Amino acid sequence: MKRALPVLTVLAGLVVLWYLAAVWMNSTWVYDQAERSGTEVPFGEMVAQTMNQDRPLLPPPHQVGAELWKGLFGQAVTSKRSLVYHGLVTLKGTMMGFGLGIAFGVLLAMAIVRFRVMDMSVMPWAIISQTVPIVALAPMIITVASQVGIEGRDLPKAIIAAYLSFFPVLVSMVKGLRSPDQMQLDLLRTYGAGEGATFLKLRLPASMPYFFASLKVAIAASLVGTIVGELPTGAIEGLGARMLIGSQFGEPLIMWASLFAAAILAGLLIVAVGFVERAARKRMGVPA
Amino acid sequence: MSALWIAVAVWLAAWALNVWLAGRAASRSRLGKMLVPIIFGATVLVLWEGLVRGLNVAPVILPPPSAIAAKIATSLPVLWQDFAQTILKGAIPGFLIGAGAAFVVAIAIDRSPFLQKGLLPVGNFVAALPIVGLAPILVMWFGFDWQSKAAVVVVMVFFPILVNMVAGLQASERMQRDLMATWGASYWQTLVKLRLPAAMPFIFNGLKIASTLALIGAIVAEFFGSPVYGMGFRISTEVGRLGLDMVWAEIAVAALAGSALYGLVSLIERWVTFWHPSQRH
Repeated sequence: MKRALPVLTVLAGLVVLWYLAAVWMNSTWVYDQAERSGTEVPFGEMVAQTMNQDRPLLPPPHQVGAELWKGLFGQAVTSKRSLVYHGLVTLKGTMMGFGLGIAFGVLLAMAIVRFRVMDMSVMPWAIISQTVPIVALAPMIITVASQVGIEGRDLPKAIIAAYLSFFPVLVSMVKGLRSPDQMQLDLLRTYGAGEGATFLKLRLPASMPYFFASLKVAIAASLVGTIVGELPTGAIEGLGARMLIGSQFGEPLIMWASLFAAAILAGLLIVAVGFVERAARKRMGVPA
Repeated sequence: MSALWIAVAVWLAAWALNVWLAGRAASRSRLGKMLVPIIFGATVLVLWEGLVRGLNVAPVILPPPSAIAAKIATSLPVLWQDFAQTILKGAIPGFLIGAGAAFVVAIAIDRSPFLQKGLLPVGNFVAALPIVGLAPILVMWFGFDWQSKAAVVVVMVFFPILVNMVAGLQASERMQRDLMATWGASYWQTLVKLRLPAAMPFIFNGLKIASTLALIGAIVAEFFGSPVYGMGFRISTEVGRLGLDMVWAEIAVAALAGSALYGLVSLIERWVTFWHPSQRH
């Protein structure tokens, strides 16, 4: 309770700010309507009218909440209008990209730690790769994939997600695999352990805390990548595509509802990674 | 096919050279540290060129680097116009406003540990959210020109910087603050002379993350509507026309701009936080 109270206060403050902003931004429309019909709107009436417009500039929280509820539970999850359905499409892309990103990041980190030449030639480029805005590549990856004959959008989306999520894994794993100190490495040498055994029994276990710390960043990056992959070129499925549809048809409620669905998905994914981390730590005998 | 084999031979030779360089003591010098990645990058380009020419890859799938370089050379005015619109008008003002706002908010809530305790988890969570999703909404509010791009960038960079700044302001040690108190330093003196300098490594960490986010935000926002120039606009229209050499030219500009922005922030960091262990080699 002691930890929750400040958070709840801040959240409540944000909701109040949101309501104020909604009244302020939507009032223009109300006054315009009134002027057109030649009537005066008193302040109280104006506030009431800003609360339930069809296409508000900024929908107040309860409207977004209602739309979100409708999208999540209003219909069967297989329906194209269901946010659960679109969320699952996005989740699939995220997990594929996350898996690819982890595999690539870990393998590259292993090579970089093992071979000095890899460290010197590849590591600077890995850093530079993250300063390239991936979104610039996203539309191209999608068109090229379709020309090469890859069906569907899953793979291109996963590549974009992997591009964003491999980097945190790479950086942490390089740090983690190098974390055993000289004493420990020397001890393994006195045992006559080969390079493989040193890796499996010392370096890999030592890198686990670093690995899990990076997963939380990587899963969030992967979700961003998937949504960006759904945004630009006319996708029809996924939360990013819902946002695009809302934007093109001038339906702000759809945009806000999918935005919050994406936020909920992000929260769930981070919590899930936390669970896996705790389970793994327990299994490895780390005191909680 | 001969182009392919030449490229592969060049690649292998350069790799062998790099292995040799990396094994020598000279590679620990500054020059060696620059040389090895440059050789690697150059051979990637050679291999790319050889693959595209040797295997006759269609230019609509992957244009060779030489074609991209030629395109850059012939369309410099267009590239400059797009760069000015997206980076100079969208990303950089947005970055500065967002960083400034985060700075002010962090100092404003500095006196209230209660607010900080509440804001840190919320800020951390929001920093992990796919904020790019706000882009269509902000484009709807601020119109198609650069204002909406700057607004997207502001929202994207605000939370990572805020979270790092709040964490940074807590970084000074109890002993150091007590020392300031024994000297009779006021709140503001302690802030300016001790806590802000101590927070700088954290702030620059946030600024570095934000510098790449700024470009992403500015480009994504253009996918939802822009004037008939700008990097995001050019990329999405040229992809539709299968003009991939132009797309790659824009990507090269974006990569250079991203690296330059990151490099600039790192340079300022080195100058401001020269005292920090990570900067003392």
